[in-house]
Amino acid sequence: MSTLTTSTPAAAARPAGLAAKRRRSALKTLAFMSPWLIGFAVFFAYPLISTVYFSFMHYDGFRPPTWSGTKNWRYVFENYPLFWPALRNTLWLVVVMVTLRVVFGLGVGLLITKIKTGTGVFRTLFYLPYLAPPVAATMAFAFLLNPGTGPVNSLLEKAGIPAPGWFNDPAWSKPALTLLALWGVGDLMVIFMAALLDVPTEQYEAAELDGASPWQRFRYVTLPNISPIVMFAVVTGVIQTMQYYTQPLIAGKVASGVIQGAGTQFEPGYPDKSTLTLPQLVYNLGFQRFDYGSACVVALVLFALSMVFTAFLMRRRGGLIQAGD
Amino acid sequence: MTQVLDKPVSLKAPVSPAERTARRRAVLEWIAVHSLGVAAALFFTLPFVFVFLTSLMSDSQALSRDLIPHTWEWSNYRKVFDTPGFLTWWKNTLIYAGLGTVLTVASSIPVAYALAKFRFRGRNLSLMLVISMMMLPPQVVIIPMYLFWAKQLDLSGTLWPLIIPMAFGDAFSIFLLRQFLMTIPNEYLDAARVDGCGDLRTLLKVVLPMARPGIAAVALFQFFYAWNDYFGPQIYASENPGAWTLSYGLESFKGAHHTDWNLTMAATVLVMAPVILVFFFAQKAFVEGVTLTGVKG
Repeated sequence: MSTLTTSTPAAAARPAGLAAKRRRSALKTLAFMSPWLIGFAVFFAYPLISTVYFSFMHYDGFRPPTWSGTKNWRYVFENYPLFWPALRNTLWLVVVMVTLRVVFGLGVGLLITKIKTGTGVFRTLFYLPYLAPPVAATMAFAFLLNPGTGPVNSLLEKAGIPAPGWFNDPAWSKPALTLLALWGVGDLMVIFMAALLDVPTEQYEAAELDGASPWQRFRYVTLPNISPIVMFAVVTGVIQTMQYYTQPLIAGKVASGVIQGAGTQFEPGYPDKSTLTLPQLVYNLGFQRFDYGSACVVALVLFALSMVFTAFLMRRRGGLIQAGD
Repeated sequence: MTQVLDKPVSLKAPVSPAERTARRRAVLEWIAVHSLGVAAALFFTLPFVFVFLTSLMSDSQALSRDLIPHTWEWSNYRKVFDTPGFLTWWKNTLIYAGLGTVLTVASSIPVAYALAKFRFRGRNLSLMLVISMMMLPPQVVIIPMYLFWAKQLDLSGTLWPLIIPMAFGDAFSIFLLRQFLMTIPNEYLDAARVDGCGDLRTLLKVVLPMARPGIAAVALFQFFYAWNDYFGPQIYASENPGAWTLSYGLESFKGAHHTDWNLTMAATVLVMAPVILVFFFAQKAFVEGVTLTGVKG
């Protein structure tokens, strides 16, 4: 490059200037991106590779890790008693909780667009539960749904309706968690509300002129217009279910009455493994059983499942990424 | 405008039967919609109401099935504050949430700006990786991360393993900010460049003032994230009660006051209240953030 610049300054200044400009631009990009590049390497790429490595090692955190081949993998899939119940629970939550949350969120979103008096107050009231910190909200529901003294069962019994055991009954613990999730539906309500207000009013007017019933208007005008948002809500709901940790853990702990830090260890899933989810298994294996290798196996299963749905989300909503140009 | 013009005309004209049924239907619909709205409002607010009422009951009444306190025991809240550790949890939560929010915002803005406005090879790949990181459950990489912080840096029993990473950009914040910065027209940036502004000056003097609502949304989300986080403190702080946060301590509070639902509910109210107060002060920024990440694109 230096040889070029010495020959004919006028002609050579251009390519050299261009190269310098390009290099400056690359350095500039690098500088702006650097916080995330470091974060990506240290808090994502390295630990992910390390997780794969540990999944083939026997490691208890005290003695140095030793190679154990596929032993951890076989243990998790064949002998670890909590794995399949956790996976079944996850499936249940995906089918029931995610579906109900989307339907309910859409319903509340529709309702709020129809409310003409006091809209702001209603919207705030509907949204607030979403903000309640998960530990506090779960604690509140553990109290509300407490079979012995909780207000919900008091009211149900006064009304002559048989009161379920909620968080203390394996058949009712997941419905109770679903109720808690429906209470915090505010995020979906806001998203659906925005989408519903974006539907062109001309289409409703045209449908009305054609004599369409309210249901037909919803089915043939509203739904096609908001279907990408419904899809988005379903897929993010599934991804959130993969991360579902605090609520089932706290609900199980509070209902079981096991006191933290008193020498007794709480095995997650109370009652009868019905509130187990995959993230809880990572904690149980890694930090209660000190079997880091098997914990990494579950972590990788969790990773694979999350990435499948994330890839699906990115493909479906390509606009999310290409919107730049 | 047209409505104003129409009104006197329709008043003068005799009301046709068809018009009357239409009007009656509108009234009925109003009643139906608002009754549903009230029912939904009860579903969303009654849990708060019951929790609050129970938090004011006497110890013995909290064990009964009563819904309304006989005597209003405001001293329950004093008792919660007097619980050893409660103020420490409060302080730790503020440090975690406050410092974490500042670091996250400061480190995420330049990354989001580059992803939104620079053209470079690997930009789409970077964005896809940001989204992947955003969707990843924290438990996936927790084993190596814990070993890194606890065994190599000897920082377990503190909140630093949760705060330090926030100085290196948070995926969700980067994504949300990027979505917001995309809405700023390039003309503003070009104008700044013509005026001789470098990229850093453009970011600080032109982009940041325009991005204030987006930054507010990110700061709020990050603050709430730290406030609500249970898993992080459970992993890194559990061994040292001096490092517990409110969300983590609340659960042990329940353990220590096993049957005192009144005190547990008072503590629950005290953990919920700040979040709700912050929301009332910053409602607009918050709702904007939710719609931005969900719908824009």
